This record gives sequence, structure tokens and C-alpha cells, in this order.
Amino acid sequence: MAQYVHKEHVENDINTTKLSLQEKIFPFLYRYGTLLVILLTVIGFSLANDKFLSYQNFTDILRSVSIITLLAIGVTISLIVGGFDLSVGSTASLATVTSAAALVLYRQETIIAILIPIAIGLLVGLLNSFFVVKVRLPDLLATLAVMYIINGLHLTFTKGFSIYNNMPLSEGGTAPGVFLPSFLFIGQGEIWSVPVPVIIMLIAVIVVHVILQQTRFGRLLYITGGNEEAARLSGVPVQRYKMYAYLLSAFFATLAGILLAARIGTGQVSAGAPLLMDGVAAAFIGFSVFGAGKPNVIGTFVGAVLIGILLNGLTMLNVPYYAQDIVKGSILIGALAFMYYEKKK
Amino acid sequence: MTILSLTSIQKSFGEQIVLKGVDFTVNSGEVHALLGANGAGKSTLMKILSGDYERDGGIITLNEKELTIKTPAHAKAAGIEMVVQEVDTALVSSLSIAENVTMNTFITGPAFFSWKKRYKVAQELLNRVGLTLDPAMPLSQCSLAEKQLVLIAKAISRNISFIILDEPTAALSTKEAQHLFSVLRELQKQNVGIIYISHRLPEIMELSTKVTVLKDGYVTLQKETSACTSEEIVRSMLGNELVELLNDEEDRILGDNLLEVKQFSVPGTGETVSLSVREGEIVGVAGLVGAGKTETARALFGADPSKDSIYMKGRKIRISNPQKAISAGIGFVPEERRKEGILVDYNVVENLTLPVLKQFTKFGFIQRKREKTEAEKWIKQLGIKTQKSSLLLNHLSGGNQQKASIGKWLLTDGDVYIFDEPTKGIDVGAKQDVFQCIKNLADNKKGVLYFTSEIQELLAFCDRILVMYDGKIAGELTKNEATTEKIMHYATGGHYGTVRS
Repeated sequence: MAQYVHKEHVENDINTTKLSLQEKIFPFLYRYGTLLVILLTVIGFSLANDKFLSYQNFTDILRSVSIITLLAIGVTISLIVGGFDLSVGSTASLATVTSAAALVLYRQETIIAILIPIAIGLLVGLLNSFFVVKVRLPDLLATLAVMYIINGLHLTFTKGFSIYNNMPLSEGGTAPGVFLPSFLFIGQGEIWSVPVPVIIMLIAVIVVHVILQQTRFGRLLYITGGNEEAARLSGVPVQRYKMYAYLLSAFFATLAGILLAARIGTGQVSAGAPLLMDGVAAAFIGFSVFGAGKPNVIGTFVGAVLIGILLNGLTMLNVPYYAQDIVKGSILIGALAFMYYEKKK
Repeated sequence: MTILSLTSIQKSFGEQIVLKGVDFTVNSGEVHALLGANGAGKSTLMKILSGDYERDGGIITLNEKELTIKTPAHAKAAGIEMVVQEVDTALVSSLSIAENVTMNTFITGPAFFSWKKRYKVAQELLNRVGLTLDPAMPLSQCSLAEKQLVLIAKAISRNISFIILDEPTAALSTKEAQHLFSVLRELQKQNVGIIYISHRLPEIMELSTKVTVLKDGYVTLQKETSACTSEEIVRSMLGNELVELLNDEEDRILGDNLLEVKQFSVPGTGETVSLSVREGEIVGVAGLVGAGKTETARALFGADPSKDSIYMKGRKIRISNPQKAISAGIGFVPEERRKEGILVDYNVVENLTLPVLKQFTKFGFIQRKREKTEAEKWIKQLGIKTQKSSLLLNHLSGGNQQKASIGKWLLTDGDVYIFDEPTKGIDVGAKQDVFQCIKNLADNKKGVLYFTSEIQELLAFCDRILVMYDGKIAGELTKNEATTEKIMHYATGGHYGTVRS
């Protein structure tokens, strides 16, 4: 009954069936699907509205996504180590309010109005890493709790009011300071007709990308998220790398918050809250870019740009803002569906 | 008699063709052993039969009637049940044993099912597999062997014709395995067809009536078990390469003590151990499952740090985390390869260079070219079979993954290497490579601590064998005096005068 079955022709059969159209299209869509969607959206909107394809509108879009991108970089880094930072939105709100308070309530210089929020932001990052690394709470729950705490803190500090130039104070009179032009320049200025926030965003994307892809620090962040126990047993100080990730996450959220304050010229309370979900969406859409299948900064940037283009275009077409979330959700589902379909295979 | 027959089954995953036309027949009342090296296609074939994967080509017939098996439900309807290797994935640990055993009643049974009746049904099923446990006990309190039997009890809760067991004895002690065999023989008498996947030849020779060997997606041997020898089976698994068990006769020259611990407390077991390894020495640590081998190995490496210090070349060091162990010159190949040893989503290069990444870093930047060149040198030396060094480890076979898990420590050039069950779930060919690699380490004046429950491996090439029982070192045997019986004597607690299970 012994058989030595060597059916070479079977191999050939399988090879020919593999070249079916479906088998060729899916890998292509998996890699370039997100970019294709961007291209199609740009073409679609350009045909629908001739003002869409202009330098002015192009920089508008980039400016509008710059804050979300910075926030999303933070989310991405937390995702890389296998965590999830939900507190970035409220950290951004806190940064917005503290930089505004430093300028308006305490008459500080621009540099102080930048450094103070960063210092406070890093404290938030430490708080997150304390709960995640030391107390060993699940990332999602720890950062959710911190999100509430930070949100409550910044509202308590401002008693729920936004901070703006010449605001009346409860003890009488008006606020002593103003939003300095040098501070506003960060959010509203232009260098060689490129908006400053866009320049900051691009620098952040490039620097973080290089660090993540080319340095040992970046490799170990990814390795920590890849398999924490295997990384630990290979001598990677995983707890320390998780802490670095949450510090970086808080740092980029703070940067986003400062930019937001400089952009709108007030210390708007809860301004960061709506940014959180857009940032998370951008980071997850980023998984699908170039078929990376894992968090990456270039992908996150592309994800943010895609969301920005859609919102900009839909606004031009007079689609009400409340309906735009439907589109955001659909794009996210589309990107994730492709990724998980490919992973399952 | 029921005949389940698979004819020219084909399956490929992307580029990789796993099954190239496999014929396989199992009759009711027979134990059909399915063997093959890792990546030969055993698991894929069985997953096709149990409806986990859909086949690309070929026919499955039951009594010459064609079957459609596209989902696990189809397979169950045809009376085919599978007992998977990772039993935890098929059971719900938060439920009671009774609920797990009677799981099928939740799917097909009546909407209301009294607890009294459930316990009664469960008790009967547990009796059939020889388990004397309270059905109300939560499953999470069961041992691995008990879970396996619970899973079999669940499988036979319906009228099944065929049962597939995937390496059921991989994590069982000899006694537990013997019990499993008696349960299987009982099933065989009840005319159930059993497909038995295993790497262990002795139990296959003992249990099975028929043998099928797969190699690279083809059937290379299909015979009555009584008509074939172990050598024949091994040759069919490996092709025509001859199998040479490492039997090094000459004694190695041993140097000074490299690592020594005295009354070293092991947090996992709450006991203390004393042991030492010399330069160029391979010290085997035997013990059944649950004897505390893994706990001891992990404590020595600082994975679960002990409060006591170790002596490394006479120097007292406290290993409070793996980093300390690595800088002291210790490497550790953990038991759970995919969970602890390697990063499956990272490529071979990244896995190999991980412990020594600093060497390939300049100003914080990784020198990828140098990293790749060095890693490829080791890939060649270790014999890791991969098309390119940038392939993710997930795409490699278990044996090659294990070589990567070992290989990364060769780059660190440490002094003491700790192996925990390094041949678990890898094929004979890869085993040879692993043995060779360990022997090379000893020849290069390294010390090796080899923790395993495979006694044959210890006898083959260890200079000294320590036997663990209940967290303690129960006995020590030199190479010349060690026999299977002596090791088992200590490993089963025989030195206490009473045999404990």
C-alpha cells in the first residue's frame, strides 16, 4: 500500500490558478488602496468644484490636518508598543489652556507659554506610564481614567471658561496679558507661503519616521509591541520603552494643543476632545498604507491627509458637518477591513 | 464498517504549496498514525478534514459518498471531531467541566437543560474517559492532561465515527500518556476511527494499527504498523538522509565551574536548588511535566527573578532581570517558542540580532547592512532554511523558528546557555541540528544547562544528568551510570519509597 505520490502537474495547476484577476488585484489594493482612494477623492472633488485643486486649498487642507497629525503621531507611538493612549485629546486641551493662561493670565513670554505646557504634558505621560507600567492596568482603561482626570483638571483650573484676550477676571478688571504675535505665528504664520503648522507637522513626521525606522530606539519600540515577553527575555527593558512611548505620546499631544491655541488665539476649553477620535482614526487608517499592517508614522500622516481632504471637499460641496462623520467612519472601516482580510489570509 | 477517505487533497497558502495531492484513508475501529516533519502538512490535512480550512482540490468521501466539508459544522455533522493540540483554545476555562463537556447541548440541545441532568450526563462522559473529577469544578482548575481528557469527553458526547488527536501527549507525563492510551483503546473498541498525530515513535508503534508519513506535502509511507520499523518511518519522514543520533563516546574535557548556585530559591516552585555547570559541560536536567524545570530555568535567567544570587565564574551576581543575566553571559531558550522565544511578526535578521542590537548601532542608528551581513552568516551556520533573510519568522517551520530562537544567543557569545525543552514540537531533522549546535557550544568551552522531559535526548549527549522532582533536585547521575530506569526512578519520586503521580 506504500505510495510515493509525486504529482508534479498539480503544482503547475495551482500556479496557473494563482494568477487569477482577483488574486492579483487584492495585494495591489492592500498596498496602495488608501493612496488610490486619496487619488480618486482628489479627482472627484476637482471635477465637482474647480476651486478644489488650488495651492491655497492645498495648504488649507494641510494646515487643517497638521494638528490632528501631531496628535495622531502620539497615538501611533502608543500603538507601536502595543498600548493605546486615549488621554491625548484631554492632554491637548490641557496644553491649549495652560499656554493661553501663561500668556493671558500671567503675562509670560512665548517661550514660557510653550515650555510650561510641555512640562505638564510630560507629567501626564508619566502618570499614564505609572498606571500602565507600575500598577499594570490595561492601557485602554488606565488612559481612559487619566483622560477624565486631565479633562476635569483643566476645566477646574479655568472654571469652565475659555481664556481669551482682555477677558474679564472674577476679581475685577481684565486679564493683564495678551496672545503675543510671536506665539500666534506658530499657528497662523507662514514661511515662504507655507503655513508654519504645516512645516512643524512635516518636520515631526520625518523626524519620527527616521527615528522609528532607522534607530535602535525605534526598533525596540516596535519589538516591545511585537511580543513583550520575547522582547523581555531577549534583554529589552520593555517597561522602560513603554514609558518612553507614553511620554512621547503626551509630548506630541501637547504640541498639538499648543498649535491649536496659537491657531485660534484663545484657550478654548475641551478643544482637544474632538481631536482624539480623528487622531485614532488617522493612526488606524495608517496601518493600511503600503500594506504595512502595523502602526507607522507615514501611514498616520496619509490617514490624516485623507480625512482632511474628505472633510474639505465635502464642505465645499455643502455637505453638512454632521453628515461628514459618516464618511470618516466608512473610510476607517474600509481601511481596517482590507488590513484584517489580508492578515486573516 | 465506516470508511473515511481523502483522495488527492491539495492546499496552498499564497505562494506556498502545502499539500500536493494526499491520499489518506481511515476505517472505523482503527488507530491511524499520521507522521511527518514540521511543515510536512499534517496539521493542514487535518484542518481540512475538520473543516477549519477549505481544500483547493481533491475529494473527501464517507462510505464512498462524497462529503462537503467547508466549515467545522460540516465535519461535526459527518461525525468527525478534532482534539486540538492547544486544548485551551477549544475549551472555555471560565465555565465548569460539566458545561464544557456538554457544550454541544448548548448548540443543538433544548433551550432549557437542568443542571441536575447536565451534571449526570457530564459524569457519565467523564467516567468513559476515566476522569474522577467533580463536574461542577471550574475547568481553569484542571491540569493540562485533565483538560485533554475533558476535550475528548466533549468530543464523544455526540455519536462520533472519527476522532483526530493532534500531538495529544506533547505535554503529558508518561503516566498521563498511558492513561490516555487506555482511553483511546476503549474508543477503538467502540468502533471509533482514530487519527493520531504524533512525533513520538514509541507510542505510535505501541498504539497504532496503520501509519501514514507525509513529507513536503506528499505521502511517502503508508503501511500497517506491524509491517514497518521505526527506522523505516524516520527515513520516510526525512527522505533519504540518514539519521544519526548523536552518540559521542569520548568524554569532553571539562574546565572550571562557570555557573554555580547553592540553595537558590526558585519563586515558581517555592523550593531551592543547588547546581553547577563547568566549562565545556552539558548538564541535563530531567523531570516530568510539573517537576519545576521551567520555573528553575526562568529563575536562573532572571525571567522570574529569585531573591538569591548566583556565582558566575566565582563572582557573586544577583540576576534581577534578563538584562543582568545577558550581561553576565547567560543565554536562555525558553520553552514556549512562539510566545517567549521569537517575534513571529519580525524577520530572521531582526530576531537574530535583537540581544546584540547595540553592536550594530552607531549614534543610535542601526547599521542595517552590517546587521544583515552578520545575520546571514549565522543563518548559514545554523542551517535556517529561509528563502531570504527578510522573511518573517511566521512563515518558517517550527524547527527553523527554534534555530532562530537559539541562534540569537550565539551572537551574544555568552558563557552559559540554558535550554528549556528545545526540541518540543520540532521534527527529527531539526532536532539533529539543535543537538549539533548544543554540542558545538560545549566544544567551544561553553556551559550548557539542558532542561527536558525527553529522557532519550539526555542519555544521548549529556555529561551529567540532574533529575528534578517536585521542585527539588532529586538525584544526580553521571553519563556512565544514567539509564532510563534510574532517571524515571528519581523523576517519579521513587527515591522517597513511594511512587507519587
